Parts: sequence; structure tokens; C-alpha cells
Amino acid sequence: MAEIRNYTMNFGPQHPAAHGVLRLVLELDGEVITRADPHIGLLHRATEKLAENKTYVQSLPYMDRLDYISMMCNEHAYCLAVERLLEIEIPLRAQYIRVMFDEITRILNHLLFLATHALDIGAMTVFLYTFREREDLLDCYEAVSGARMHAAYYRPGGVYRDLPEEMPKHLPSPYRSAKEIARLNERREGSLLDFIERFTETFPRRVEEYETLLTDNRIWKQRTVGIGVVSPEEALARGFTGPMLRGSGVEWDLRKKQPYEVYDRVDFDVPVGVNGDCYDRYLVRMEEFRQSNRIIRQCIDWLRANPGPVIVEDHKVAPPSRVAMKSNMEELIHHFKLFTEGIHVPPGEVYAAIEHPKGEFGIYIVSDGANKPYRLKIRSSAFTHLSAMDFLATGHMLADVVAIIGTVDIVFGEVDR
Amino acid sequence: MTAKLERLSTAIDAALGDKVASSTAALGQLTVVVDAADYLASARILRDSPELRFEQLVDLCGIDYSTYGDGRWEGRRFAAVSHLLSVTHNWRVRLRTFAPADDFPVVDSLVNVWPSANWFEREAFDLFGIMFAGHPDLRRILTDYGFIGHPFRKDFPISGNVEMRYDPEQKRVIYQPVTIEPREVTPRIIREDTYGEAGRG
Repeated sequence: MAEIRNYTMNFGPQHPAAHGVLRLVLELDGEVITRADPHIGLLHRATEKLAENKTYVQSLPYMDRLDYISMMCNEHAYCLAVERLLEIEIPLRAQYIRVMFDEITRILNHLLFLATHALDIGAMTVFLYTFREREDLLDCYEAVSGARMHAAYYRPGGVYRDLPEEMPKHLPSPYRSAKEIARLNERREGSLLDFIERFTETFPRRVEEYETLLTDNRIWKQRTVGIGVVSPEEALARGFTGPMLRGSGVEWDLRKKQPYEVYDRVDFDVPVGVNGDCYDRYLVRMEEFRQSNRIIRQCIDWLRANPGPVIVEDHKVAPPSRVAMKSNMEELIHHFKLFTEGIHVPPGEVYAAIEHPKGEFGIYIVSDGANKPYRLKIRSSAFTHLSAMDFLATGHMLADVVAIIGTVDIVFGEVDR
Repeated sequence: MTAKLERLSTAIDAALGDKVASSTAALGQLTVVVDAADYLASARILRDSPELRFEQLVDLCGIDYSTYGDGRWEGRRFAAVSHLLSVTHNWRVRLRTFAPADDFPVVDSLVNVWPSANWFEREAFDLFGIMFAGHPDLRRILTDYGFIGHPFRKDFPISGNVEMRYDPEQKRVIYQPVTIEPREVTPRIIREDTYGEAGRG
């Protein structure tokens, strides 16, 4: 009789379905997983240690590089933590802008989740569809901050600048005909808000398209229904948050339960799953597309009607305007002190959490009164979700590991920090 | 202190009794410090007591207090800080315990109370060298295989101690002492309370 032996297999660190640099050591009994041991840290950059050696403003762009597909949400948690330590209230318009961009970021994140999750399980087309919408949203990022990804747009005290009056247009190019460019620029007439509004008008139809491709698709359901089932009790004990927790039927959303900024003024619903499997978590995220779209529309209406400042007037926290700086001695000193020495934050400690597209993203700052944080801890949801990998994957087939990695929606910038 | 925070504070005082070494509410958040000997028992009470029901351990991290306030710190050096969340009551608390020995910090592991503590404790061990008694699998998690030292301790230089390069003669990747000096672009400054007041220059 042939000897039966268990196999140990390396999944990654360079595997297209590992979503980055995950090295997953799998112990297999035939094709069934008996143990999954993720090895992480291949993208560890010691962001927390670097932040201890940088001023509060200098650390902000590091936050973009944590979860590099939902950049502004990371900045948001960081700014909230600094603002709570400083005990400042930011202008209402800045709060609406932040909420609007948080929701744009949520759509961006879920689009990439959907694209890669479907691609891993074998549905190529969705990827091409979602990247069409991502392009529009990244243009919104670019219009407000100048950068498509690493925006550094939220600042302690508000946002860097007000929304632009004009949406940037495509320039004449030797690679495109004048007619083609005119067609592309047609949607870009008017302000950024007009552009986003046009996007929100068409977006629900786009979500329908994705759903047509996947929701009732026989192969999609075979690969996701009943895979990676998590009970609500288990989800809580394992520290699951966000869509991973809601997919298991726990109604928990920080935007509703512990509202920050103006989430208590906008109207939206929180979808929850029933079975806690990959398919339910997919459905939760699909519904979040529509709810985010709703929130964005409400923010657009408010922002149109209410102009105002977007960053606090306190020049110990936010820089003065260029004009004021060039013409006023006092403001020049403020500008100089702010950028050479930074913000002085009173001693204390604070934990600020937001409902990140992937779950609860929190920043814990301990300050001893210096211009740099004494300790900064980044609580990322993907880290906890990945730590449950062994629990999720054990007993499933090898091919289901790919579906499970897709459903936990991990990004290694955030896991490894 | 808001009414809700007050209610939480009273409930914790009632449930933990004399296990609470100190309890402070600041910036809308409650911090409870317990002795390392009571740490595990307190965590269990916080999870199981029906008035508290902290079902979730949201975060756990280590802190090295050795240079806090530029040397004004007088307590123990290492602390493990966890953030707990109750979904039922919708409240949070911060639980802190200091490791009794500075040269070999050990605190109890919370893995048996909340399974999510597993990787957080591995991380705190890796970065700060805090040992968690009772942890089933206390390996390094974020640093390289074979890494020496605990990089988030305040006495660990930000540039590290070793760097890695390919050696064409030995035809392999080697480790060597770092060739860069750590530098500080913006100095770290703590202003005294009276800084900037009229008449004090």
C-alpha cells in the first residue's frame, strides 16, 4: 500500500491571488487544508516608528501608504485622532467634504475588492468593468489633491483646500482625435461637484451591471456560497469588523453607532448578511455601493448650498493662506513655526476609529506634549481578518483559499504597516 | 464626563472592585489600569459581566515608556494596552497593564479570552520584546526571519543595526552593520507650560 503523506505548501509570497506579499504556509491532507499559517511582514516599513520621529504633519502622507487602495480613509482616522487630542472642532464644510470623499473611497475600495475577488475566482470581465469607474473616481482624487492615489488631502484641522470650481479636462493629444477628446470632455464641463453628480447618476446602473455578471452566476455561487462561514459570536471574538462582521449578521457600523463628522446628518442604511459566507459578504459590499452613492448625493446637495471655510483658522494647527503669509509678519512667523517645528499636541492619549471600507481602522496616539507623537499605533482591520485565516481556511479545499483571501479584502500595506 | 461614560465607569468599578489600580476619563475615553497580577482575571470579568460585555478586543499594543516626557517618566517601562469594544452596550474602554520587570517584561496572554489577541500579542512581542505568558505560538511576526532585537523599543536606532546587500564575491546576500547614520531633521521639542506667555521671553 502506498504511503500517505501530508503536504506542506507555500502559497506566495509571489502569487497573483495572494493580494500582495502574503506567504501562506498550507498543510494539506490531499486537497483539504489542515492548517494555514500566514507569514506576514514582507512589506513592513515600521510606519509607527517613523511617525514617532516625524512631526504630526509630516506623518500624514505615510497614512496614504498604509491601505493604498483607500487612501483618504486612513488619513481621516489619523486627522481625527490629532484633532481629538487638540480638542478642536473642524468647519462643517470640511466635515461634509470628508464624508463625501470617505464614501468615494469606499466605492473605490469595493470596486477593487470586487475586481480582484472575481478575477481570483475566474471571472475576468468584472475587472474591466470596475476599472472604468475607478478611473473616474481617481480623477476626483486628482482634482482635489493633485495626486491620483497618495492624496494627503485631509489635514489636521480640515482639508487642504476647497473643492475646485472647474474639473480638469483632457488636453489635445496626438494619440486621440479632436472628436474623441471633445466626447471625453463633455462629462467634465462644470465643477468637480457636477462631475461627481454625473457619476452618481450613472453609478447605480453600473452596479446593476456587476450584479448581472455575478449575483446569479452559477459558477460564482458555487465558488462563494457556504465558503468561509463565520458565526456572529465567532466573528466578534475574532475581532472582525466592517463588512466581515456585517456579513455574519451583526448590525454594527461605526458610522451609525458612533457617528463621527456628519454621518448622523446623512441618511443611509446598513446592509447585513445572513449566512456569514463569502457570498453574503459580497452582497453586503454590493449594497454598500448603493448606500455610499446615496450619501455622496446628499453631500453634493449640501456642499452646493453652503460655501465656507474648509480648515480651521487656528494657525498653530493649520497654515495661513499664502497671501496672508506674504503680507503679514504674524502669519509669516506662524507659517515658519508650523513647518519647521510642527503642531504641539497636549499630553494625553486618544484612540480614534472610523468605519474604513475594510472594517474598523483606528489610530491610537500617545502624546507627551511634544511636536511628535510619543507612540502611534495603527489598528488595521486587515491584520485581524488575516489572523483568522487558519480558522477560516481549515477544512476547506485548496481552491477555496483563494476565495477566502479575496473575501477578507486584505491589502498588505495595511497588514504589515 | 458624559452620562454614558459615567455609567461605564461606575459599572467597571463595581465589576472589577479593588482590581482597578486607576481609572481616568479623558477626551471622552476611559482608561483603566490594572496590576499585571489581576490582568487576566480583569479581562475575563470585562468580557463576561452582563453589565459590561466587552465582546471584542479591537486592538492590543505594547508601549515603551522609557523616554516619555524626555525622561520624566517614573513608572515601569513596558505596558500592554488593549482597546475593548462592547457591541451590545456600544462603549469602549482602554485597559492598560505594566509589566512588572523592565529587563524581562512578562504579562499574561489574553488569547484564551479573545482569540483576536493572538497576532496582536505576537506583534507586541516582536516589536517590544514583551512576553505573553500562556500564548500558544509566540513567534516573531513582522520582522525578518532571524531578526535580532526589538525594533520599537526607544533604544533601538531608527536606521536599524544591520543592512542587507548582495555580495558579488560570496555570491549571496549578506548582512553587514549599517553604513548610514541616524539623523533628525526636526528636533523633538516639549514646551514648558508657560511658553509664549507675556513677560517670559
